[in-house]
Amino acid sequence: MPAPAHLFPLIRNCEISRIGSTACYCHHKHLCCLSSHFAHSHFRYAPQKKFAALYRPKEHFNHFIHARDYASTPQRFYLTPAQVNSILKANEYSFKVPEFDGKNVSSVLGFDSNQLPANAPIEDRRSAATCLQTRGMLLGVFDGHAGCACAQAVSERLFYYIAVSLLPHETLLEIENAVENGRALLPILQWHKHPNDYFSKEASKLYFNSLRTYWQELIDLNSGETTDVREALINAFKRLDNDISLEAQVGDPNSFLNYLVLRVAFSGSTACVAHVDGVDLHIANTGDSRAMLGVQEEDGSWSAVNLSYDHNAQNENEVERVKMEHPKSEEKSLVKQDRLLGLLMPFRAFGDVKFKWSIELQKRVVESGPDQLNDNEYTKFIPPNYHTPPYLTAEPEVIHHKLRPQDKFLVLATDGLWETMHRQDVARIVGEYLTGVHHQQPIAVGGYKVTLGQMHGLLTERRAKISSVFEDQNAATHLIRHAVGNNEFGTVDHERLSKMLSLPEELARMYRDDITIIVVQFNSHVIGAYQNEEL
Amino acid sequence: MFLRLLSDIQWRAAHPKWRRMTSSQRSTSTTAEPHPVSLPAQAQVVICGGGIIGTSVAYHLSKMGFKDIVLLEQGRLAAGTTRFCAGIVSTARPVSIELKMAHYSNKLYQQLEQETGVQTGYMKTGSISLAQTQDRLISLKRIASSLNVMGIPCEIISPKKVLQLHPLINIHDLVGAMYLPEDALVSSANVSLALATAASRNGVQIHERTSVSHVTIQKGRVTGVETDRGRIQCEYFVNCAGQWAYELGHSGEEPVHIPVHACEHFYLLTHPLQEPVSSSLPTIVDPDGRIYIRNWQGGILSGGFEKNPKPLFTEGRNQLEIQNLQEDWDHFGPLLGALLRRMPGLEALQIMQLVNCPESFTPDMRCIMGESPTARGYFVLAGMNSAGISYGGGAGKYLAEWIVNGYPSENVWPLDLKRFGTLQSSRTFLRHRVMEVMPLMYDLKVPRWDFQTGRQLRTSPLYDRLDAQGARWMEKHGFERVKYFVPPGNDLLDLDHSKTFYKPDWFDIVGSEVKCCKEAVCVIDMSSFTKFEISSTGDQALESLQYLFANDLDVPVGHVVHTGMLNENGGYENDCSIARLSKRSFFMISPTDQQVHCWAWLKNHLPDDSNLVLEDVTWKYTALNLIGPRAVDVLSELSYAPMTAEHFPSLFCKEMSVGYANGIRVMSITHTGEPGFVLYIPIEYALHVYNEVMNMGQKYGIRNAGYYALRSLRIEKFFAFWGQDLDAFTTPMECGREFQVKLDKGMEFLGQEVLLEQKQNGVYKRFTMFILEDHDTDMDLWPWWGEPIFRNGRYVGKTTSSAYSYTLERHVCLGFVHHFDEKTGEKLVVTTDFINQGEYEIDIAGQRFQAKAKLYPFSSLFTQRRRKDEVELSGYQRE
Repeated sequence: MPAPAHLFPLIRNCEISRIGSTACYCHHKHLCCLSSHFAHSHFRYAPQKKFAALYRPKEHFNHFIHARDYASTPQRFYLTPAQVNSILKANEYSFKVPEFDGKNVSSVLGFDSNQLPANAPIEDRRSAATCLQTRGMLLGVFDGHAGCACAQAVSERLFYYIAVSLLPHETLLEIENAVENGRALLPILQWHKHPNDYFSKEASKLYFNSLRTYWQELIDLNSGETTDVREALINAFKRLDNDISLEAQVGDPNSFLNYLVLRVAFSGSTACVAHVDGVDLHIANTGDSRAMLGVQEEDGSWSAVNLSYDHNAQNENEVERVKMEHPKSEEKSLVKQDRLLGLLMPFRAFGDVKFKWSIELQKRVVESGPDQLNDNEYTKFIPPNYHTPPYLTAEPEVIHHKLRPQDKFLVLATDGLWETMHRQDVARIVGEYLTGVHHQQPIAVGGYKVTLGQMHGLLTERRAKISSVFEDQNAATHLIRHAVGNNEFGTVDHERLSKMLSLPEELARMYRDDITIIVVQFNSHVIGAYQNEEL
Repeated sequence: MFLRLLSDIQWRAAHPKWRRMTSSQRSTSTTAEPHPVSLPAQAQVVICGGGIIGTSVAYHLSKMGFKDIVLLEQGRLAAGTTRFCAGIVSTARPVSIELKMAHYSNKLYQQLEQETGVQTGYMKTGSISLAQTQDRLISLKRIASSLNVMGIPCEIISPKKVLQLHPLINIHDLVGAMYLPEDALVSSANVSLALATAASRNGVQIHERTSVSHVTIQKGRVTGVETDRGRIQCEYFVNCAGQWAYELGHSGEEPVHIPVHACEHFYLLTHPLQEPVSSSLPTIVDPDGRIYIRNWQGGILSGGFEKNPKPLFTEGRNQLEIQNLQEDWDHFGPLLGALLRRMPGLEALQIMQLVNCPESFTPDMRCIMGESPTARGYFVLAGMNSAGISYGGGAGKYLAEWIVNGYPSENVWPLDLKRFGTLQSSRTFLRHRVMEVMPLMYDLKVPRWDFQTGRQLRTSPLYDRLDAQGARWMEKHGFERVKYFVPPGNDLLDLDHSKTFYKPDWFDIVGSEVKCCKEAVCVIDMSSFTKFEISSTGDQALESLQYLFANDLDVPVGHVVHTGMLNENGGYENDCSIARLSKRSFFMISPTDQQVHCWAWLKNHLPDDSNLVLEDVTWKYTALNLIGPRAVDVLSELSYAPMTAEHFPSLFCKEMSVGYANGIRVMSITHTGEPGFVLYIPIEYALHVYNEVMNMGQKYGIRNAGYYALRSLRIEKFFAFWGQDLDAFTTPMECGREFQVKLDKGMEFLGQEVLLEQKQNGVYKRFTMFILEDHDTDMDLWPWWGEPIFRNGRYVGKTTSSAYSYTLERHVCLGFVHHFDEKTGEKLVVTTDFINQGEYEIDIAGQRFQAKAKLYPFSSLFTQRRRKDEVELSGYQRE
């Protein structure tokens, strides 16, 4: 979200003339990605979950209390159901895998995705694409922090890195030759994007060159072995993070781009990516977004299977790993208040060079960087107890799962969902949504005496029960509706939903995080057929 | 089941002979019985299907003198869809031929009980169609207009009157209604059994529990049927298998494509009301609520056509699906809601049953009738779109006439099987299309409706190019055609909001396309037109064509001839343009939907001669129609060839190069009466030629145009179009086209005798052009087609097409004028004086507009830049 430069001083002036939260609001709206504003907006007023407040913890606390007061006073204005829907549905997207001759041969039926912002603008990103030169489909959610620049870059670039890692040697050669001779390139990915999911036009050349260097190296390295998906995913993640870091160190003569690559490197993003090819499902996860499989048991009930581990302080293995990688002397300072170095919630992430580069490198880059960077207190700030970088890696943990006919769907979501809902509830809500009305026993009149009026009442009741299902044509929207609007009984409470959605932008972040969800539906028939083949 | 038992008893009582044969079945009617009578080894006609349709065909065939008829039914007579049918006989039908069938059915059923002694439960209750909106009322008024001129009582009534006729109805949301006092209720199973009884008396052999496995076809003729009880040789086979018609058609080696697909259909039966509903209470149709309601044994029967139909049997007959055909209350919920809104007093009424009865639907909401284009003697009558009982009688009659006489007594082209090709028989297509069709049954039917499913099947190679330039599409015979081009920045209404009986939102867009055709040059992609090539080694091609076509085709090479392909009654089977490519080969252009019909006609009539080759080249050529005074400039610049009238007269055909492409067939016709050319381009050159034409045309103001512009142009020039204005019951003499007939061409041709006779004695109807006088284009309802024409206050005929003429700034309607004797109603000869001396009015939805009748097009329209078209049009002036 690059803001026009001339706007910048203007708003700064207005900030001086006003006080406190009004100005902050104004910034949120336009300039979140400019890191110079982090110090003002995100850190001072809106408590960032990913980072503990660096400055003035008291002020942060006061604000929080203040906000509570604000929300508990009865609001006069409620959103109508139609307004609620228009907010919930603004970012929804569905993709159905096309059928061939009435038959769908892909193990994926399609997917629904949606986002509900809490930050303004939203810091989550999502991507989905079909690999055109190899088989399979890629889907991912990316939770950005300290701005959306890194999440944006990863959402644009990661799938290309993965796809390239998966390509056979001949295809890589073919592509390289095409570029060399200025011929049309084989399309590598077919993106499935919501109109709001944009790609940065300015950086595409830069990104492309980095990618090309990568495949050139792959060509030179030609191992002759068939590509293992797990390895490809790990390589792609690491390579992209490396490129992000390098681009920031090298800089770019174009000042806009130079600033962009720095913002990308200094902000951070988690990534949770699924690669589905036939019955082979790989989840590569970096950070605390989560992948969950919805399984339908024989009795028709729904259960959840985790396909990723959160990389945060709650994960003992992860804490252990971090401690292993650093000298014993740092053991106590490594994880404080459940955060890496007392600051960062996810223990793995893209970007975040503050946790990766040496102090010298950070200083050198910041000093030689553009003024906006230099003015920014956050970028200049060095984490405490910073002795043996890197403290952070983008290397994913990859889990492979063979799909079975009872595996009906996969949910990829950022932690905004998981902190409000238990995975078991997620499995049930999505499962019941996808199977729809069929779950209710059909009515049969049989020999009973039923009047038209009674039947009408009964049917109306049944419709009402599933009306929220019918309201949503998108499983992800349906899930968000529950995540935001659920009352203590586990049903959607319109009043609550309306309240939560009408929170002013600067307050929304206190009650909820950005939520991004992708629900992938599997084709049990195809999966069953695959299974039979293998038997 | 009680219905079934009831009918069995009556059946036997009525027909002793049958009773003897089946008496052993009386007690155990559901178990399999040995078949008492063996199948005959041969018969003249074998009918498959013992529902209302099959029995009606048998009834009418036997009445018309056919004796040797066998009717086969796989289960029991009238036990399929017919048994479950709601039994409403209603003539409220928008299509004229359907209306006639329903009217005849009603009259037939009324006297059937008397004729056969079988109780049919016929009860003249009348029916009321409700309108909740003004638009709905308009559509009802249109139907009322055409019913009235047929002498079928019908009136538009106020909501208050509705309440008087039917005390249970909630009228507060109604704006009006249409009342048809003669509509009736029957027990459809009993009607079917009555028809079977009468047929049986006339000698038709009926065999139940006999299923046809397939029909044998040899050398393009039906030779017999194979059943599970042996083979029957036959001359004619009639497929009346209802929802199984498609499968049966595909069971043989040579498939006969019958595009029907079944959908589940639900209706509700209730116990009697406390004060039982009178059996004479009118039937209610509430299309805006998507429901119908009739009285039923003191209670009511109510069903409807929901928005979300459930298609079934897509993959063929399927035991699982048959078992799953159960009540689905959740699905019926919205219809039940509509019922209780319409009749709130029924709340306390007890439910008896929700019946799920599959109905078969067709891709265009009209039933399917006629002979297979590939197998002679293979007839079809199926796909009743849930109006089997209304159409059954009339449809059976027309099909019987068709078999006996070779053609039915009315124009049934709208129902003809040959309007479909193989392309409409894909199950995926049918499944998707019937899901659109079923809700449409009760949707508002407005002019220029296009189906939205099953599209983009056949397209021109220029499709994407045109689409990117704002083309809006319609479909004909599966082919996408451009309606008009929406200029950039212009936004039209979305589909639902664009439905109107008034001035449409594209009015100005088409106006500017027409203007460009008149003043500069336009390109219309007309690739959908059917294109045949006929060639021979000797003179066979010419000789055969001279016999099949009324005009003289023995013209110098390079000439184009407009001619009718007439039947022996002189009626148009096809209207086409034929170019003589060489001494021995001809290129024939026909309307798009002629592809199957014309092919079958030529195949049946051309001599079986291996030296005579007929080829369908429709797919080989892209046709670009360059219309307008500057077409000549564009083309001459592109070809470096002089295109002026001296070098390239009208009605001429030449192969030439356009741009880099060679071998483009250029014809100096435009199908509109405007100057210009049609380019027949081998498809691989289509994009090149199109680009060249558009580039070169830029300086002459070229632009794309669509069929709506073409339509407006041809109608204001009084050009008749086959399928719309012309049909198998219209002769060239009746539409002022004597100049396209060469009675003295030195050899006999089909239809000649009738034309000679007409030339001598005059014609009984006359194609006439009407200019609406006091019609306000902005405010008044627009004419469509099918509007009654009144001469001096008396009904004389109906319009067949209409369009707004941007040149005259008036609406133009084309239609036929008859001369009915004032006393007897007998048809008299229509003279030019008769036409010219009348005061005319056109009735649009009950409102009459003054119209000026003309037998010749406006000559003033042609004054500007008339060049090549003098020849093309001279015929009109000559008469």
